[in-house]
Amino acid sequence: MSSFKQTALAAALIVLGSQAAHAQSVVKVDGSSTVFPVTEAVAEDFQKSKKGDIKVTVGISGTGGGFKKFCRGETDVSNASRPILKQEMEACAAAGIKYYELPVAFDALTVVINPKNAFIKELTVAQLKKMWEPAAQGAVTNWKQVDPSFPDAPLKLFGAGSDSGTFDYFTEAVVGKAKSSRGDYTASEDDNVLVQGVSRDVNAIGYFGYAYYAENQGKLKAVPVVNKAGKAVAPAPQAVLDGSYNPLSRPIFIYVSEKSMEKPEVREFVTFYMKNAATLASEVKYVPLPAKAYETAIDHLNKKKLGTVFGGEAEVGVTIESLLSREAKL
Amino acid sequence: MTTSLSGAAAFAPLTISDRLAKKALRNSKERVIEFVLFAAACVSVLTTLGIVWVLVSESYHFFENVPIWSFLSDTMWTPLFADARYGILPLLAGTLTTSLVAVVVAIPLGTAIAIYLSEFAKPAVREAVKPFLELLGGIPSIIYGYFALAVVIPLLQLLIPSLPGFNMLGAGIVMGIAIIPYVSSLAEDAMRAVPMSMREGSYAMGSTKFQTAIRVVIPAALSGILSAYILGISRAVGETMIVAVAAGMQPNFTMNPMEPAQTISAYIVQVALGDLPHGSIGYQSIFAAGLSLMLMTLVLNIAGHMIRRRYREAY
Amino acid sequence: MTSADSAGLARIIRRNKRGDLIFAIAGFLALMIGVLTFLALFLQMAYAGWERLTPDFFMNFPSRRASQAGILTAWVGSLLVMLVTAVSAVPLGVAAGVYLEEYASKNLVTDIIEINVTNLAGVPSIVYGLLALGVFVYAFGFGQSILSAGLTLGLLILPVVIVATREAIRSIPQYIREGAYALGATRWQVTRDHIVPYSMPGILTGVIIGMSRAIGETAPIITIGALTFIAFLPEAPIGPDFPWVNFEWLKSGFTVLPIQMFNWTSRPEEAFQQNAAAAGFILVLMTLAMNAVSIWIRYHLRKDIKW
Repeated sequence: MSSFKQTALAAALIVLGSQAAHAQSVVKVDGSSTVFPVTEAVAEDFQKSKKGDIKVTVGISGTGGGFKKFCRGETDVSNASRPILKQEMEACAAAGIKYYELPVAFDALTVVINPKNAFIKELTVAQLKKMWEPAAQGAVTNWKQVDPSFPDAPLKLFGAGSDSGTFDYFTEAVVGKAKSSRGDYTASEDDNVLVQGVSRDVNAIGYFGYAYYAENQGKLKAVPVVNKAGKAVAPAPQAVLDGSYNPLSRPIFIYVSEKSMEKPEVREFVTFYMKNAATLASEVKYVPLPAKAYETAIDHLNKKKLGTVFGGEAEVGVTIESLLSREAKL
Repeated sequence: MTTSLSGAAAFAPLTISDRLAKKALRNSKERVIEFVLFAAACVSVLTTLGIVWVLVSESYHFFENVPIWSFLSDTMWTPLFADARYGILPLLAGTLTTSLVAVVVAIPLGTAIAIYLSEFAKPAVREAVKPFLELLGGIPSIIYGYFALAVVIPLLQLLIPSLPGFNMLGAGIVMGIAIIPYVSSLAEDAMRAVPMSMREGSYAMGSTKFQTAIRVVIPAALSGILSAYILGISRAVGETMIVAVAAGMQPNFTMNPMEPAQTISAYIVQVALGDLPHGSIGYQSIFAAGLSLMLMTLVLNIAGHMIRRRYREAY
Repeated sequence: MTSADSAGLARIIRRNKRGDLIFAIAGFLALMIGVLTFLALFLQMAYAGWERLTPDFFMNFPSRRASQAGILTAWVGSLLVMLVTAVSAVPLGVAAGVYLEEYASKNLVTDIIEINVTNLAGVPSIVYGLLALGVFVYAFGFGQSILSAGLTLGLLILPVVIVATREAIRSIPQYIREGAYALGATRWQVTRDHIVPYSMPGILTGVIIGMSRAIGETAPIITIGALTFIAFLPEAPIGPDFPWVNFEWLKSGFTVLPIQMFNWTSRPEEAFQQNAAAAGFILVLMTLAMNAVSIWIRYHLRKDIKW
């Protein structure tokens, strides 16, 4: 055969060979970029275990964007770093979308300081509030103002952007009202930037998800936060699991639509998710829920416990046991 | 019809109906083509109408809740906070300041490069270098953002010790560098197209290359150069990622480039891809912000158009 | 001429030549700023991501383990999206530019269209994404697909192509047109045979600049639904059954290189930063490859134009 014919035949064979007859079943996931690492790990392992027969796609449109698509029926699963809000509940109800709310892991919000900072051994929620509340804007600019025992040094604050679930949760937990915060701090969507900021400035203090602290332990120091019981607890997977690291532990969720659950591929994916979330969440440095929690979640799926237990509003300091035993509403 | 090779009848006249028929066909073909081209030009108008419609229809709900007067005059923009304030001035100031810094960097550098490449450089150098400059525009803006944050701003902090870690100066400078290809490539194209005869006349009178460039080539290529400037400025105003990463994400009502601030486009991206529920007033604020940006660029563009009109030279 | 005059003249000539030299140096320095910045960024990405640049990296799907994560879906997606972008923006942009320069009369409508085009150049890319979401994804029903992404980016770079086309056409001397008309050519014949070929180099500059920008965009693509984790490729365009070429890939979900980079840079693990740097390096190489054809054509066409 001439070399042209050979190449053409080879090309055709390659193309034909790559066209294995796959059933085009795709599980569509979208939503929060905070939950993304966990869902990605699950999707990757799930696809491998199914040898490519079921495909999973994951987007990062944000929790809000994810819910919008979810309530239009365009996605099967929505990643959410906060519970579904009233507005979104109404949108789903209007479109006839019923859903299951499944907590998948905990994210411990970690308060960090520069490793060279020697004067902070622990912080109370009241002290954090003094630093972050709206009234502090322009007023509280020095460590001494937060607590007289602290040195006279400028207060450099780093935190999440005001559109993120992290921001909402932190402000609710620390200041008492979601989104209630001073405006003059260094904000960034990219937590790596915050890591850089805090690690370069001796007087800096910031907050972000535990995973970013865990990966940068050489550059940062985590601050033990005094919990409800009065004990100072450092963020750690065990402390989150037993509920002692509060109020800065927040659950992250996936929402699955009832209609999608009727598709066998989605059902398999969600079951796989619940069975493997514990190991995979720890791998990506989130805190897994206790094993019982995942079993209860699968139980809820089977018993068709639809709806959200949060009533469309954010809540702080929820323990996993209370979450699982509450009544759900659509 | 007869054809003959004698001079007068070399082009045998067609009968009237044939000739008219051919002309009519030509005309109708021409008309069809003209219409097709017109339709292409209308796509841009349709795009603008589409954008305006999207922005206005969502902003309408926003303005039902926020009075226009406070939108235009309030100096704080905190729509996502519990105590929401909706003044567009901080975002406008941020956009203007960063764009100004970018333009101050891009236009002199870009023009100097364009003049150098078209008038001074050897053709081999020119052809080798031009693709590199155009690749400057191909580097993803996220990389530029991190470059600004990790390299440019620390360098600036060596010069100005009190400079904060996020600021508009670093972001603006890097934005200017990213825009250089717009200015230099298009301006250089315009200058190259000036006929050699004009330059030769100038050299014949004893001018140096620089004098020829400034006094002959640039005025002749002015229309193209101004278009390049306008495209560059437009890109600066609409740039998102570089400012989002390097200028900080906090709206700040200041024109001082050494402070952090947020631009309109960075704000829009922050919210559109964030965790807010779509349909909430915080989400709709991005459309109001986008509409303000479009109005601002419209004013700048009309001004630019008038200036170009006055200075266009025909040769 | 008196000796005083000629001395004065010599002084002026010396001063002018000095001015020339100073400007040449200034221009060269400005050029170096641009070129060196590019090289610094490019080489820094290469250096940081060097370890990752293995054949596996190109052929692997994304993964949570940085060493296994690859850019297969990303570069295929970028390539396909750029194809759609080019096919949509270039003919449309050139046609619009030709119309505005050759056919339109200089009246208010033309002015409005002109201002409109340059205004569009200043709209943030995310607004195009929001527009495209409503129009392409929902109204036209193209869904969250490569087709929608390509059309969105096509709209984004349309102003640059139109402006470059217009400026290129404007720079063609009038006598070329006059000569053609004098021979009895119609407007379309003049345009097709003379105007467009001579303005090709300028048009290509606009195309190069526009496509370079489009390949690096993230925000509008994420808005219309580009994915971040997708571990399978769209259907191949060439298939075993009649008609052998299909367009199924246009409707497929996808991801692009900048989105993959964006996702990797915001991960906490150090190793992902390496991946991001390697991906960035590949992206710039892809841009160069994409533009190489245009650059080569531009170079050859330019050589032949002499006026």
